[in-house]
Amino acid sequence: MAVMDPGELSPEQLQLTRDDVGAPLPSGGDMRSSGSLSRQLLGVFAENKLAIVGAVVVVLMILLCYIGPDFYHTNQTSTQQALLYSSQNSPPGAQYPLGTDSNGFDILGRIMYGGQTSLEIGFAAAGIATVIGVIWGAVSGFFGGVVDAVMMRIVDVFLALPGIYLLLTLTVIFRSSEELLILVIGFTAWLVPARLVRGETLTLRVREYVQAVRVMGGRGSRVVARHIVPNAIGTIIVNATFQVADAILILAALGFLGLGVPAPKTDWGSMLSNGVNYVTTGYWWEIYPVAGAIVLVVVSLNFIGDALRDALEVRLQRR
Amino acid sequence: MLAGVTLVTFVLSHVIPGGAARGALGARATPGQIASFNQINGYDLPLWDQLYRYLEGLVLHFNLGYSYKSNEPVKDLIFSRLPKTLVLLGLSTTLALIVAIPLGILQVVRRNTIVDYLLTAMSFLLYAMPDFLIGLLLILYLAVDVHLFSIAAPDASTVAGILADPRALVLPVLTLASTTVAAFSRYMRSSMMDVLTQDYIRTAQAKGASKSRVLYRHALRNGLISIVTLLGLSIPAIVSGAVVDETVFNYPGMGLLTYNAALNNDVPLLLGTTFVAAISVIVGSLVADVLYAVVDPRIRYAKR
Repeated sequence: MAVMDPGELSPEQLQLTRDDVGAPLPSGGDMRSSGSLSRQLLGVFAENKLAIVGAVVVVLMILLCYIGPDFYHTNQTSTQQALLYSSQNSPPGAQYPLGTDSNGFDILGRIMYGGQTSLEIGFAAAGIATVIGVIWGAVSGFFGGVVDAVMMRIVDVFLALPGIYLLLTLTVIFRSSEELLILVIGFTAWLVPARLVRGETLTLRVREYVQAVRVMGGRGSRVVARHIVPNAIGTIIVNATFQVADAILILAALGFLGLGVPAPKTDWGSMLSNGVNYVTTGYWWEIYPVAGAIVLVVVSLNFIGDALRDALEVRLQRR
Repeated sequence: MLAGVTLVTFVLSHVIPGGAARGALGARATPGQIASFNQINGYDLPLWDQLYRYLEGLVLHFNLGYSYKSNEPVKDLIFSRLPKTLVLLGLSTTLALIVAIPLGILQVVRRNTIVDYLLTAMSFLLYAMPDFLIGLLLILYLAVDVHLFSIAAPDASTVAGILADPRALVLPVLTLASTTVAAFSRYMRSSMMDVLTQDYIRTAQAKGASKSRVLYRHALRNGLISIVTLLGLSIPAIVSGAVVDETVFNYPGMGLLTYNAALNNDVPLLLGTTFVAAISVIVGSLVADVLYAVVDPRIRYAKR
């Protein structure tokens, strides 16, 4: 937290500060008077052009992947049919706007189809990671003491296990599927939100209003659910945005290692790793469109996350 | 911490659906084959006895079991590959730091100019590209189109042999460094910006210190602190990145070993490499902690 400029404080606040000398000032979650969270979030987008661009790109990509196939009909499930009725590795042209891949699948259609998987896994894995992380971090920080020590040591242990190694092991032990990938990626990504939320909780639980709830007989679960988590929501949302981007990248890496979703389904990573087999033959349409899709979505999510972070003044430690 | 990692790998080795024997021998193994496999590997003993034997072997002999595929001790397989991965990790992380720190400073000096925007855009782009794509594009443009570097990684069996073939080593190192550079330079920029708004910087400027003196003597050192923190935090990610990198370039390190183990369903080997990777992450974080004390004199460990 940046050192606060005393000039910004009103005399009353300065007085309060002197009275509190000795006790650490509560930090984090600065007071804001700009209305509800949703209005703050809207404000972010109104101010930051990059965030608008990012949000528009993400929404368009979601529309393309889910509504697109309703207007642009292609066969994306039967390899046999694709091999029989269309030419393989054909360049972009009138019949195939983005060409076909080595199985004869239409690439534009495949980007939509694979995009569904990639986006679903990305958002769902980030959701799981965030939910587990928030609960874990809030409980750990709220109870403190031995509970906190044990729970955080468990986080440390999993942090020491490099993600890809754990992912490789888990996808080998259990057969790969879309649901498993969501669980596995989510399960390796919950550590960062857990740490962040624990940190927030540690500062929030000593606040007067939290103590007031406890004095009035509010149970721990109520304090965590109604008072601590809503106050840490800024940190949580910012991190969740980055989680989606990271999950899409991790999925792409797994696809390259041959551990993406099994055929006939596909995801952007698996498509890209198919395409790069032809990197030396000049079949650029099998690489750049899908690579562009990944990069666009990930960059956009990062723009959104950065803007949210700046606006909500959340200090995060990102890799 | 080490104990926790050990426990995780032990638990993982026991959650294979249908048992380890099915995983190793395939779905068509006869009950007799499974029984003898379980007996040889001690899987028929009570769980606590297995844990005890596992720990005893691990602590006394660093025994990580035998590879299902090649029947060699996992320990030997890993130790023949580990030094090569460490070379790759060390070189690329050093390169990343050497490039990222000046880039970050350059962006701060030229903040809100074209240079700054271009570099920011570049780091966003690099960060958003899957590692293997960067590697393959580098191969395409620098090894296939222009024959600057070799396509494949050095295939020498020793560390010295690998270092003796720098043309082949450049691309794997560059690939692994690129994502790290993207993250580090962005972080360096924001951390320097933070530092430059602080009071002591204004004091230094007021005293009449030159611009470069303020930047390098006063700001840089504090800016570096957060980079060291970031370095410690990103070690697991760098070690993970090495798996993809080694697969792209066929670099004979521990990452490729892990990848092949995954393809072969070689669970003991996978768990062994995971265990060793976790240890290297722990050691790496310790090194970052020591660096911490070097960069920031306010942090001192066990001095009194």
